[in-house]
This record gives sequence, C-alpha cells and structure tokens, in this order.
Amino acid sequence: MKAWNPNIRVQRDAFDLNEETRRLVEGRGDIGATVAFTGWCRDEDERLAALELEHYPGMAESEIARIANEAAERWPLQGLTVIHRTGRIAPGEPIVLVLTASAHRQAAFEAATFLMDYLKTRAPFWKKEHAAAGAQGDWVGAKGSDDDAAKRWRRA
Amino acid sequence: MKVRYFAWVRERVGHAEEEIDVPADVESVADLIGWLSKRDEGYAAAFAEPTVIRAAIDQEHVEHDAALGNGREIAFFPPMTGG
Repeated sequence: MKAWNPNIRVQRDAFDLNEETRRLVEGRGDIGATVAFTGWCRDEDERLAALELEHYPGMAESEIARIANEAAERWPLQGLTVIHRTGRIAPGEPIVLVLTASAHRQAAFEAATFLMDYLKTRAPFWKKEHAAAGAQGDWVGAKGSDDDAAKRWRRA
Repeated sequence: MKVRYFAWVRERVGHAEEEIDVPADVESVADLIGWLSKRDEGYAAAFAEPTVIRAAIDQEHVEHDAALGNGREIAFFPPMTGG
C-alpha cells in the first residue's frame, strides 16, 4: 500500500517545473530519481497562433487519477504529479506536465512514459487550433500512433 | 438523462448539454446515438460516423454496446487529443 497520493491538477494557469519538483522531493530522503515530461504548444511552422484546450470537468481529473493509480500499482513509485492545462495556450507555453519519483530511474522513466501514453488516449481533453492568419482553425485529429503507444502497455 | 457534448460533437449539435427523456426502446449507447441523429441536421452531422464517437456514462468510458441503465449523465465526444 502506497503512503502517498498522486498530485493531480487541471488548471488554466501555467506551471513551473522547478517548483513542482521541489514540492515532490522536499523533506524526502528516499527518492533517488525524478523524471519530468513537459508537453509544449508548437506553432507548426508559424501556422498556429494558439491552441484551445477543452476538457470534461470532473472526468478529466478522475480519469487522470485512475491512470495515476494504475502507474502506482505497476511501478515502485514514491510520488507523482500530473498537471494538465486548459483554455487558450500560445506556442512556447507548456500544456502538460508528468513528474514521477522513485528510488531508481527505470521505474520513474517507464511510469512517466506510461502516464503520457494513457493520458493521450484516455483523458478527456481536446485541442482546437487557432490559425495565425486569423482563419478559423480546426480540431486536432487523434493519431493512430498514440493508440499504438498506449496499447503496448496492455497486460496479457 | 443529462447528455453532454464536447469538441466538434458539441459544435455540430449546437449546444453543450441538455436534459432528455430517453424512450423505453432506447436501451444502449448505440440506440441513443441512432435516436439523437434523427433529431435534426446538426445531430445527424455530429453522429454521421458513429464508430469515431466516444462515450462516457457517469464520467467513465463505455463502449457503444453498453446499457444506459441507471446512468444519470452520458457524454459524447471525439477521440481525445490532450497531452
């Protein structure tokens, strides 16, 4: 039984990786590794002015929590943080943070990859593009490669 | 039953949520998609390709053959693109 709860936030505001890492490891002598993944908004060769992130309030948080708890069951983690932003996000701004802590690096790396692969395909968020030229943007399509990435974690 | 729509499903339907009285013969998620898509052009456009539509009952993912049962809320949305 793990003695910690995942730190999960869905918020409009940006986040600071150093601050989140400090919070996760502060006062802990047992953590040997943290792995951080940050997803950023790209401008797609200057085609995009921004992304608009829509989410399903309530389910977004509960689905991330479900994925986080599964990660905690599968790897010997000592803490994890997932932050997903919503609303309008400009190129160069962060969208998502996954931060894992463990005694050793392998669990932290693998759990971070697992969390991102599942977040992409199971957490109810949708991206709409705002085109730089002022044109009406379209919804970003889901990628088959993301489904494939999630499938490789399925247990037999 | 409360029905919620997200992303382009919401845009095509024309609103984010509504309360509906589910007819007795509408028993599954697939039945409800079929019933909703007959309402008007917006719904028909939203559900034109039923196989791409994802559904959640009471905020948990379900397949189209799932029974509506005693669910209080159902949501329809495109494949997710967060992260």
